[in-house]
Amino acid sequence: MNAIVNLRFARPRRDFLKASAGLTLAVIFAPKALAQAAGPGRAGGEVIAKAALEPNAFVRIGADNTVTVVVKHIEMGQGTFTGLPTLVAEELDADWSQIRVEPAPADAKRYNNLFWGAAQGTGGSTAVANSFEQLRKAGAAARAMLVSAAAQRWNVAGNSLTVSKGVVLHKASGRRATFGELAESASKLPVPEDVKLKDAKDFVYIGKRVPRTDSRVKTNGTARYTQDVKLPGMLTAVVMHPPRFGAKVKSFDAAKAKAMPRVVDVVQIPSGVAVLAQDFWSAKRGRDALTVEWDETDAYKLSSADILAEYRNLAQKPGLLARKDGDVENALAAAAKTIHAEFDFPYLAHATMEPMNCVMRLDGSGCEVWNGEQFQTVDQMKVAAVLGLTPEQVRLNMLYAGGSFGRRANPQSDYLVETANIVKAINGRVPVKLVWTREDDTRAGFYRPLYYHALKAGLDAQGNVVAWQHRIVGQSILTGTAFESMMVKNGVDGTSVEGASTLPYAIANLAVDLHSPTLPVPVQWWRSVGSTHNAYSTEVFIDELAVAAGKDPYALRHALLAKHPRHRAVLELAAQKAGWTKPLPKGGAGERRGRGIAVHESFNTVVAQVAEVTVKRDGSFHVDRVVCAVDCGVAVNPDVIRAQMEGGIGYGLSAALHGAITLKEGVVEQSNFHEYVPLRIDEMPAIEVHIVPSDEKPSGVGEPGVPPVGPAVANAIAAATGKRVRSLPISAEQVKG
Amino acid sequence: MLTLDINGKTTRVDAEPDTPLLWVLRDYLDLTGTKFGCGMALCGACTVHLDGQPTRSCITPVSTVSGKKITTIEGLSTGQADRVSKAVQDAWNRLDVVQCGYCQSGQIMSATALLRGKRKPTDKEIDAAMNGNVCRCATYVRIRAAIKDAASRLA
Repeated sequence: MNAIVNLRFARPRRDFLKASAGLTLAVIFAPKALAQAAGPGRAGGEVIAKAALEPNAFVRIGADNTVTVVVKHIEMGQGTFTGLPTLVAEELDADWSQIRVEPAPADAKRYNNLFWGAAQGTGGSTAVANSFEQLRKAGAAARAMLVSAAAQRWNVAGNSLTVSKGVVLHKASGRRATFGELAESASKLPVPEDVKLKDAKDFVYIGKRVPRTDSRVKTNGTARYTQDVKLPGMLTAVVMHPPRFGAKVKSFDAAKAKAMPRVVDVVQIPSGVAVLAQDFWSAKRGRDALTVEWDETDAYKLSSADILAEYRNLAQKPGLLARKDGDVENALAAAAKTIHAEFDFPYLAHATMEPMNCVMRLDGSGCEVWNGEQFQTVDQMKVAAVLGLTPEQVRLNMLYAGGSFGRRANPQSDYLVETANIVKAINGRVPVKLVWTREDDTRAGFYRPLYYHALKAGLDAQGNVVAWQHRIVGQSILTGTAFESMMVKNGVDGTSVEGASTLPYAIANLAVDLHSPTLPVPVQWWRSVGSTHNAYSTEVFIDELAVAAGKDPYALRHALLAKHPRHRAVLELAAQKAGWTKPLPKGGAGERRGRGIAVHESFNTVVAQVAEVTVKRDGSFHVDRVVCAVDCGVAVNPDVIRAQMEGGIGYGLSAALHGAITLKEGVVEQSNFHEYVPLRIDEMPAIEVHIVPSDEKPSGVGEPGVPPVGPAVANAIAAATGKRVRSLPISAEQVKG
Repeated sequence: MLTLDINGKTTRVDAEPDTPLLWVLRDYLDLTGTKFGCGMALCGACTVHLDGQPTRSCITPVSTVSGKKITTIEGLSTGQADRVSKAVQDAWNRLDVVQCGYCQSGQIMSATALLRGKRKPTDKEIDAAMNGNVCRCATYVRIRAAIKDAASRLA
C-alpha cells in the first residue's frame, strides 16, 4: 500500500540498525494499573488502560501480571496485533497468555513508523520490518529491569537468574516471582540504555506459530469497527456525491428529504450534500428523496476507451527514463529476432468489506476521531486544516479496519475530510458518523490507475535475450500529494515503475521509460502498488521470450537470475514443490491444462508462484492450485505469513479474473459487487505456501503475495492454449481467442 | 411497534416497516456483530438465521420477520449456541481463519447453517453453501479447512 515504498528503498537494509539505535526506549511499569486490554484470543473491544499513566510506552506490566503491548500499526487483517506483541514477548520471555494488546494513540513523536521519518502510519508492508528491533529492545529492557528487581529482592547476582514464561527464577534457591509481583519494585529502577537481544537460536516465539490475538473477537461479533461506534446524540450522515469527478453542487432541494422520518438536517459540503439522520436507513431514505442539480463545468467526461487510446498514442514517443543500461536501440536493431507486446490494465477499486466510514466529535479541547486509522500524521493535518485546529488537537482512535489494501492511507484523507466538513457544517453540535454505501465506496475514486505498457525485446541467434525496452503510461499516484517532493525524482514517480525499473534479469541492454499523464480521476496506491501491473507485464513478457527462444520458462528465468540468489531460491523452491518437471495430470473431456510460473520482488520480499489452470472449450477456466515460495527474511510468525500469501493470492486473483472500474463519459460504470465482481470461494485455488529459511531481518508480507499470481495464471493459460492475455482482466473471450 | 424474537428474547422496536432487519439490529438494538457490506444481498456480511435458515438481513424488511426466530452472531455466541456453532467458532479460532474479520460473522452464520443440515459436506457443497459470502481478504482456503475441521469433530 504505498508510498512509502520508496522511502523504504531510500533506506537500505544495512542502515536499519543505525535507524533504530537512536530510538528512545520507553518502558513503563504500571504496578497498580489493570490494563483492560484483551489478551490472546480476547483482543479488541474496549481497549483502555485505566491507569493515569502516560501511554508513552510500548510495554506496560501490571500488578495483575498482564503485559500490555502498545501497537502503533493498524490491524486491518495483516496480523500486526499478533506479530508486534510477539516481538515484545520474545525478548521479555513473557507467557503468551499474559499478553494484552492496546492500539497506540496518534503521537508521531513516540509512534512514528521508523521507515517514514517523523510520520506515523501503516503501509508499504513495513509494520514488522520497522518494529523488529524497536519492540524487541522494549521487551528486553523490561526483562532486564524485572531481573534487577528480583536480584535486589533476593540479594543474588542478576546473572544467576533465568526468565521463562513470565516467571523470574533463581534456580539455586528455587525462589521464583511473576512479572506482576516484581513490577512495582522494577518500576523504581532506571531504564537500561543498552540491552542485549537474543540470538536467533534462543527464540521461543519468533519463527513459530503464535495464535492471533484477534481471532476470538472476530468470530463472536464483539470486535469493534468504525461502523459499530455509537456515541450519545450521534447522527449518521449519508452523502450525495456528484456523478462525475470534478462536478460541484449547483443547487439542491432538501424539502422532501427533511420531511422524512428521523431525518434531522441536510447540509451542503464541498464534496456534495449530506443528509443527517438518527440512523443509517433514515439518512439513506433522506438522500433518496434529495434533488441536487450539479454544475458540471469542470466535470471529467471521457471514457476508459478514450483514455486508453490517448495512452497508446503517448506510447509512440519516449517518456522520461527510469532506467537505462547499455544501448537498447542498437541492440534491438542488431537482434536476430524482435518481439513486442502491449498490455493494458484498468482502474481498480480496493473494495474493502467495510465501506469507508468515520466517526468524529468536536469537544472543548479539539476533535476526536474513530476510524480504521492507517495514516495518523497525514489525517491529523488534513482534519485540523478543515476544523481550524492544530494537528495535535485531532485525537485519533485506531479501530480494527474491515480491510484497507491501501485505501485508508489516503494522502488527501478524503473521507475523514468529508466527515470534518459535515461536522463543521453543523457547527459540531453533535457527533457525526459518516457512512458510505457500497455504491459510494465503489464510485469514490482513488483507484489503482489505468496503465498501458509497451514492451520490445531482442533475441540473438542463440535465443539469448539481448535487449529489453519497457514503456509505461499511466497517472502518477504521488503527483499533487505531500509525497511528491520526496518520491518523484526527475519527473519519474518511483511507484509507477517499481518492479519494472528494478527488473532483476541479466539483460545487457535495458531501458524503462514513463509517461505520467494528468487526469482528474483520483488515484492511489493499491495493495502492492506499481507491482500490480509491472509484475504482470514483465513476467508475462519474459515467458513469451522463453517460448520464442525455445526455452523452458523456468530455466530461462533461472539462467537470468544468477546474480539474484534470493530470486533463484524462491524460484527453485516453488518449481520443486509444484513438480515443475513432471507432466500435469490430464483434464476431463475438452479440457486443457497448463502450468505457469512467475517471480517478483516487492517491499524487499521475493515471491515465486506456480499456478495450474484448467481451460474449457469456451475459454472459461479455473485456477486449480497455486504453489507459493516466499523469502521475507526471518519468519516472525510463519502462520501469519502463510495467511498473507493465501490472501494476497486471492486478492491478486480477484483483480486478474474480474477487477475493472470503467468510465463511460466520466461516470463510473460499476456500483456494487454484481458489477465490481469479487473473487468467491468457488474460484479460490488450493494453495501451498513454502517459506525460505532466513536469518535476514524481516521484510513485509502484506503485499508481496499479490503481484506474481496474475502473470503465473496468464502464463499457465498460455501453456494450455497458446493464448497470451495482455488486457486485464483475463476474460474467457480472450482465452478462447 | 413491532415485536421481534431476537436471540431468544422478545424485543419491541419502533422503526419504519421497510427498514431492513440489518439496520434495526445495528442502529436500534446495538447488535453490531451483523455487518453491513453491500445492502443488496451480494456479500453475505449481514447473514443472520431466520427460523434457522441463513438469510441476508440487509434486504429483509423488518416488517416481514415478526413471529420468526431471529438469531444473530451474538446469539450464536451465547444463549443460542449449540454443539455445531461452538464447533464452527472453535475451528475458526484453531485455524486462525480471520484476517480483517469484517465478513466473518456472516461466514460463521452460513457455515453453522450448512453443518446443521449436512454433517459431512463435500468441497462442492461447501463452495455452494459459502459462495454468497464474500471475503476480500480471501480467507477462503481456511474457511474450507475450518468447516472440514468442525465437521470432523462433530462426526
